[in-house]
Amino acid sequence: MTESVVKVRDLDLVYQSGNEAFPALSDIELEVGAGEVLGIVGESGCGKSSLSSALLRLLPPNGRITRGHVFYKDLDLLEIPETRMRQFRGAELAMIFQDPLTSLNPTFTIGTQMRDVQRAHGGGSLSRAQIYRRSVEMLEQVGMPDPEDRLRSYPHEFSGGMRQRIMIAVALMLKPGVLIADEPTTALDVTLQAQILSLLRGLCKEEGTATIFISHDLGVVAQICDRVMVMYAGRVVESADLFSLFDEPLHPYTRALLRSIPSRNRRGSRLVSIPGRVPSLSALPSGCKFVNRCPHAQDVCRATEPRFLDIQGHRVRCHAYDSSSGFRDAGVVTADRFGD
Amino acid sequence: MDARSATGVLGVLRRVLARPSGLFGLLVVATLLVTAVFAPEIAPYSAGAQNIVMRLQGPSIAHLMGTDHLGRDILSRIIIGTRVELGLAVPAVLVALALGLVVGVAAGYLGGILDDCMVVLMDATQAFPAVILGLALLALVGPSLKALGLVIAVAFSPQYGRVARASVLKLRQEPFIEAERALGASNKRIMFVHVIPNIIAPLFILSAMNVPSAIAIEAGLSFLGLGVQPPTPSWGVILNDGFNRVREFPWPVIWVGLVLIITTLGFTLLGESLRDTIDPRLAGTRGGA
Amino acid sequence: MSMEGKKAPRAEARDLCVHFGQRAAGFAKFTGRRAPVVHAVDDVSLEIGPREVVGLVGESGSGKTTLGKALLRLVPVTSGQVLFDGDDVSHSRGDQIRQFRRQAQMIFQDPHASLSPRLTISQLLEEPYRIHRIPEEDRTSVAHLLETVELSSELANKYPHELSGGQARRVGIARALALHPKLLIADEPTAGLDVSAIGNILNLMNDIKDEYGISYLIITHDIGVVEYIADRLAVMYLGNVVEVGPTERVLDDAAHPYTRALLSTVPKPDPRRKDGHAPSLLPGEIPSPKNPPSGCRFHTRCAYSDNGLCRTVMPKQEWVDESHAVYCHRWRTVRG
Repeated sequence: MTESVVKVRDLDLVYQSGNEAFPALSDIELEVGAGEVLGIVGESGCGKSSLSSALLRLLPPNGRITRGHVFYKDLDLLEIPETRMRQFRGAELAMIFQDPLTSLNPTFTIGTQMRDVQRAHGGGSLSRAQIYRRSVEMLEQVGMPDPEDRLRSYPHEFSGGMRQRIMIAVALMLKPGVLIADEPTTALDVTLQAQILSLLRGLCKEEGTATIFISHDLGVVAQICDRVMVMYAGRVVESADLFSLFDEPLHPYTRALLRSIPSRNRRGSRLVSIPGRVPSLSALPSGCKFVNRCPHAQDVCRATEPRFLDIQGHRVRCHAYDSSSGFRDAGVVTADRFGD
Repeated sequence: MDARSATGVLGVLRRVLARPSGLFGLLVVATLLVTAVFAPEIAPYSAGAQNIVMRLQGPSIAHLMGTDHLGRDILSRIIIGTRVELGLAVPAVLVALALGLVVGVAAGYLGGILDDCMVVLMDATQAFPAVILGLALLALVGPSLKALGLVIAVAFSPQYGRVARASVLKLRQEPFIEAERALGASNKRIMFVHVIPNIIAPLFILSAMNVPSAIAIEAGLSFLGLGVQPPTPSWGVILNDGFNRVREFPWPVIWVGLVLIITTLGFTLLGESLRDTIDPRLAGTRGGA
Repeated sequence: MSMEGKKAPRAEARDLCVHFGQRAAGFAKFTGRRAPVVHAVDDVSLEIGPREVVGLVGESGSGKTTLGKALLRLVPVTSGQVLFDGDDVSHSRGDQIRQFRRQAQMIFQDPHASLSPRLTISQLLEEPYRIHRIPEEDRTSVAHLLETVELSSELANKYPHELSGGQARRVGIARALALHPKLLIADEPTAGLDVSAIGNILNLMNDIKDEYGISYLIITHDIGVVEYIADRLAVMYLGNVVEVGPTERVLDDAAHPYTRALLSTVPKPDPRRKDGHAPSLLPGEIPSPKNPPSGCRFHTRCAYSDNGLCRTVMPKQEWVDESHAVYCHRWRTVRG
């Protein structure tokens, strides 16, 4: 069991709107070890983007973390001043986004941008030659042909796939301990996506970077992650290692998600879909947030929020697995396995 | 707040009133409109009622703004003048809007050579300073309210044309236009039902901001004696009358000046508030089924 | 099935080419400037039968959306033909094309952007009838149309921006159905939808197909969708169809190297697949449609390309079996 590089405990995040505080994240718990890839999966409105913003403390003005800890190697990032946090961002904590075009400054060459990042974190200690060499090295690592030449090009001169590689190069250039990848391949063609995923996984394993990979695509997550965490309405509802989650999903939401993916096996039969919609933050049900859409909902689910249980390393937030919750006939839920 | 009221007329109104500038603008414009419509009823005296004995009096209880060189009540003349001003400026600006809209939409939607010609036409018209254009035309046809209105309409129309054209060019790429074409809609239908309603809001805002400019042009030309002719009490005429004696009796100039300032401020602030509230109106929800 | 011989397919593209920028290019030759022509669709032949669901897959630059629009005559035909029920509609105008529009409709990719923002849902659903001046008694009521797509009639007075993405998409489907078309072309029907909502839309499309006997062309980059719902599968690359055949045949026994690479790189929600099955990663990136490679357009990235034929000659249609066609010089080697 590798030691955790990132550890989040009891994290709560609210968005302030007028007099009301909307709970965007509640009771978030996660851990990522060196070289490990944690996938965060969820649909729109589940809070995964809020989570990545919270980890880097890049919240909008109306966002407030009201509880919890974000540990980076024993240091609680929520307790340090912003000036110190800024030193961490880019150097120890890196992030890549969905659209590389908007993350790169169109008016500077990529060589300049890579140099600026190094200078901002290395101070005056790096010589021009060192900076240049590191930039070329990183571009080679991400598979860019003619890296020395391309340092002089502008972002718009590259294709989408190349830009994504540049973003990865910039992110990993300073050998961060943590990389947060927010839907990095969603906008890419599928053949390109495969290349980028393979690259990303390889680099992270090689450098021992703890990686948090956020996606709505369970297929992508299955390809690249070691552990997976499922989010719904700002909460973690299930968290397990990759095979356990896909082979034996415990939470009804996870099961429904997996069943609703169209594929060859389901030809001729109706696809499962989850009735209702993700509740908006202003109208969250009391008790379990999935209660209005869950085929197994009972009174206890409406009354109290389930605890985040640990079943031999496989964590789930559901009353059906909590023997002390008063959930009746739990066998029905546990028997409703995913399998076809 | 339910989504519909956010974009409906009431919603917009509410948001405009929420800001002090919007509130001020709306009050001013509303007051002016009411004054213009009910001018003869509001004015304490008739615009032409002379009373030589009372000439050149400063503000008093009987004459809140004083009297001019012919003993006429200045306040009444300004009130009636409001009707003249708005009666000229508002229709002229609306005609400019209509003219610009037609040209701009045709140019933007149909494109090609028509577009090129229209653009040249708009540019040429806009290159002429409105006042000079006015002077030339009025010198030709002789000063009259109608001619003045026409000048203002023509001078302002290129602005609307350009905004309309730019909006149409952007809108033309929108999927819903293609969707209507896929349904079989004719170009005419698309222009009237789908394009114009979507581009007209900025044009209305522009017209709110243009009204004071139109009034200023009138005031200027009438001041020069080329616009409205006395005894019709337009603000420019009052200015002109008052200017001859401004050293000894500045009141007409002061009052008209103040009214012009407040009018310009009011319309402009209203226009800006409207623009600020309507622009970021991009409500939309996505995600579930 | 029938003794009368093969009936005309519902929709057909024959040697269809759609090129953009021709006029600018012509003018450019005169001025000496470069103005590349985009070969969006080149020499494509494809049929869609009655009551058939054809899936059209490809990546960016493949031309799949342009092909879909060409079949509906929403883009001009540069050369070749577009036929509907046997009639050539390649250059129709006026009344002819208006009649055609009643029979073939499109469901657009961006659900909100394809609904006119200032009209209510009710007005949007009445547009098709107004456009074609269809008398009251022949119209389907707004309530009924909404019911068909499982939406509440309460939405009738709302505006598009007040609807969720899924609801807007359904309105788009309802609108496309209003004229009772025989063909529906769906452009990325599941893009942007949450996973849990995809099932709803696909189930709905299936129900509609069964009830109204409509043919579909489903344009998508999501292989899972076509795996699930398509009878036949056509794969496009850089403006050409490279392979087409019954879905299961193409999935099991793809003959074109691009199809095989594409199918193997699609990420499946199955963690074991990655271990035992290394995806054949295609080198490089998709070339620009402004400057497609010579000969077989895929040859620059193809592991099987020889330096002769593949580089110089565009492959012609060859038959793997009676219903499965491929456009590749070396398909026999590829299949092993």
